[in-house]
Amino acid sequence: MSESTPSQITRIQEVKKLLREERLPHIWCPGCGIGIVLKCYVEAVLKSGIPVDKHVIVSGIGCSGRAAGYVRIDGYHVTHGRPIPFAVGLKTVRPELEVTVFSGDGDLTAIGGNHFIHAIRRNDDINVILVNNFNYGMTGGQYSSTTPLGARTLTSPYGFIEGSFNIPYMAAVLGANFVARWTPLHDRELTKAILEMFKVDGFAIVEVITPCILYAEMNGFTTLDWMKDFRDRCIIDHDADLSKANLTMDPNKPIILGNFVRRDKPSYQTRYRELLRKVKG
Amino acid sequence: MSEGKLIKPGVYFMRGNDACVEGALVAGCRFFAGYPITPSNEISARMSRRMPEVGGYFIQFEDEIGSIVAVLGAAAGGVKAMTATSGPGFSLMMETIGLSAMLELPAVIVDIQRAGPSTGIPTLVGQGDIMQAKWGSHGDYEVVAYLPNSPQEMFDMMIDAFNTAWKYRVPVMVLSDQMVGQMIEKVVVRPYEEIKLFERVKPTVPPEEYLPFDSKYLVPPMAIAGEGYRVHMTGLTHDERGYPTTRHDVSTKLIERLVKKIRENEKEIGRWEEHLCEDAKLIVLAYGITSRSAKRAIKDARSEGLKVGLFRPITAWPFPHWGLNKLVESGAEVLVIEINMGQMVHVVRETVNTKVHFMPWAPGAVPPPETIVKKIKEVYSK
Repeated sequence: MSESTPSQITRIQEVKKLLREERLPHIWCPGCGIGIVLKCYVEAVLKSGIPVDKHVIVSGIGCSGRAAGYVRIDGYHVTHGRPIPFAVGLKTVRPELEVTVFSGDGDLTAIGGNHFIHAIRRNDDINVILVNNFNYGMTGGQYSSTTPLGARTLTSPYGFIEGSFNIPYMAAVLGANFVARWTPLHDRELTKAILEMFKVDGFAIVEVITPCILYAEMNGFTTLDWMKDFRDRCIIDHDADLSKANLTMDPNKPIILGNFVRRDKPSYQTRYRELLRKVKG
Repeated sequence: MSEGKLIKPGVYFMRGNDACVEGALVAGCRFFAGYPITPSNEISARMSRRMPEVGGYFIQFEDEIGSIVAVLGAAAGGVKAMTATSGPGFSLMMETIGLSAMLELPAVIVDIQRAGPSTGIPTLVGQGDIMQAKWGSHGDYEVVAYLPNSPQEMFDMMIDAFNTAWKYRVPVMVLSDQMVGQMIEKVVVRPYEEIKLFERVKPTVPPEEYLPFDSKYLVPPMAIAGEGYRVHMTGLTHDERGYPTTRHDVSTKLIERLVKKIRENEKEIGRWEEHLCEDAKLIVLAYGITSRSAKRAIKDARSEGLKVGLFRPITAWPFPHWGLNKLVESGAEVLVIEINMGQMVHVVRETVNTKVHFMPWAPGAVPPPETIVKKIKEVYSK
C-alpha cells in the first residue's frame, strides 16, 4: 500500500475534526457500510463551501440513526421515524441552515413512511441520506420495507413474501427534485451526489445500498461478498428506467446506480417565503 | 416582532379558539403545525390566515405526529412553536411529548378536549385527557398543563404557556375543552406593556465550554441550531454533553433534573382560583367548563344556606394541592366534579388531607347546576 500524501493527511485530519472522537469507537459492526456513508457526508460538508456551523444533521432510530451523534455539528437524534418532520420544522424557520436527514430504510420508509411521501409532495428543502441495508440491524435483523422478496431475516425465516419498496422509483414518481442511488463502494460518486443535494432547492434523496453483516449472514454470504457484488453487478445509468431499478435476490440482475433525477420545482420553503412577501406586502 | 399586525389592545367578542390564536401570536409564537381535528379546527384555520400576517409559519402536516415533531424542530431553531388538537390527535402526540421533555425543547400543545374514548363524540365536550397529559409518554418527566375556563383565559394562558415552556424548557399543555374552545365571550386584550414575555436563556460560555445539559443548572441555557455551539441532542438517556449513556449515576442526574425543574418550582407555576371558600364546609373542585356550572350550583346551594365554596385548579399539572390543603385545615371536605369517570380525583385523594367525594360525569355534556346541587346536598348532610 502506498503512503498517504500530505494532502490526503490534511483531509483525514479535517474529517476527524468533524467527528466527535471522544465518542469512538462507534457502535457499528466491523464490516458494516454505514461508516463509509458517514465519511462521505462529512467530506461533502467540508467541500460544500457552506460554513460548517450552518450544517445540521437529523437522525431517527436504528443503526443509521446513530450517525447524528458522531458528527461535530448541530445534530438531533429524534424518535423512530420522525427525523423528516423535525428537519422540516427546523428548515422552515431557519432557511439559512443546510439540513440533512441521515437515517435508515425502516426509519424513513416504514414507521416514517408517511412523512417521507409528504415531504416529497411538499418538496421540503431538505437532504435525505437513506441508508438501505434491507433490515432492522439494531434490533436483530427483522425484515423491513425494503427487504427483497425471498430474503431471510429474523422475522422471515422461510423467506420474505411481502414485497418491497423501490426507493428511487418511489421518490421520482412522488416528484422529488433530486434522486440518486449509490453504494459505499462508490464513495466518490456518493460524496458528489451529497454535494449536489446541498445545492438543490427542494427534496433531495440518495439511497445508499449498504452492507449489513447480520443480513448477509442470514442469507449465506459476507459483507465482503457484498462489496464484490457491488463491483461486479453495478451499472451506472443516470437515465435508467427506475421502474426496473428494484433490488432483488437475483445474482444476475444488475444493480442500477446513478444520479437519476434533477428537477428544479421551487421548494415549499421558497413558496412560503413568496407567500410571506405577498401577504405582508 | 411585527407588533403592528398583532391584535390591538381593547375589548373583543371572541371565540375561545380564536382567542387562543391571538394570544399565541402576542406570546411570540411564530410557527404552527397541526392536523385537522374537531373541535379545534378554528385554531388552524385562523393560524393559516394570521401567521403570514405576522411573518410566521403555518404548516398543515400529514398527521399529528408530524405536527408535534415539527414544532420541536422549529424550537431547535429558536422559534416559539405550537400545535393544537383534540383527544385522538393528543394521544398520537404522546411519544413526542416525551421527546420534548427529554431534549428540553419547549413546545406548546393546545388540546380542545372532546368526548372519548376513541373517536367518541367529536363535537361534544369532554375532560378525559387530564391524566394522559401528565402520564401519556413512557418514563419519568414533568410537564405543565393549564385549564382555561373562558375565551379570556384561552387568550391569557397562551402567554403563560409559552413563557413557562421556554422558561423551564418543557412541553406545556393548554387543556381546554369543546365548550370553552367554541364559546364566544368578551375578551380583553391588555396593553402590551403589561404583558411580559420570556425569552430563552442563551449560553454565555464559548462553544468548547458549553454543556447543553449542564446539571449545575435546573434549566440549562439553550443553544439553538446554527449558532456554532454544535449541540448534540438525543432522545437516548444522555450525559451533560448530550452523549448517550447507560451509567446509572449519570442517568440519575438527568432524570432527577427533568422532574426537579418543575417539582422544585411547582409553587411558582401552580395556580388556582378560590370562590367563597372562607367559611365553606364543602369545597367543590371543578375546572374548565365544569367550574362554571359548579359556580352557579354553589350560588344556588348558598341561597339554601349550605356553606359551599369552589376551588378551581388553573394548572392541572402541577396540581396546586398546597392551596387546597390550606382551605381544608378547618375540616372542610372536598367534592370533585369533572367530565370523566375519575381522573383528577385520584390526585386530590393522594395529596389533600380531607375526605374527598366524587361525582363522575360521562362526557358529551356539562353537568347542569341542579345535578351538582343535588350531589352537594347528598354529601353535605353526611
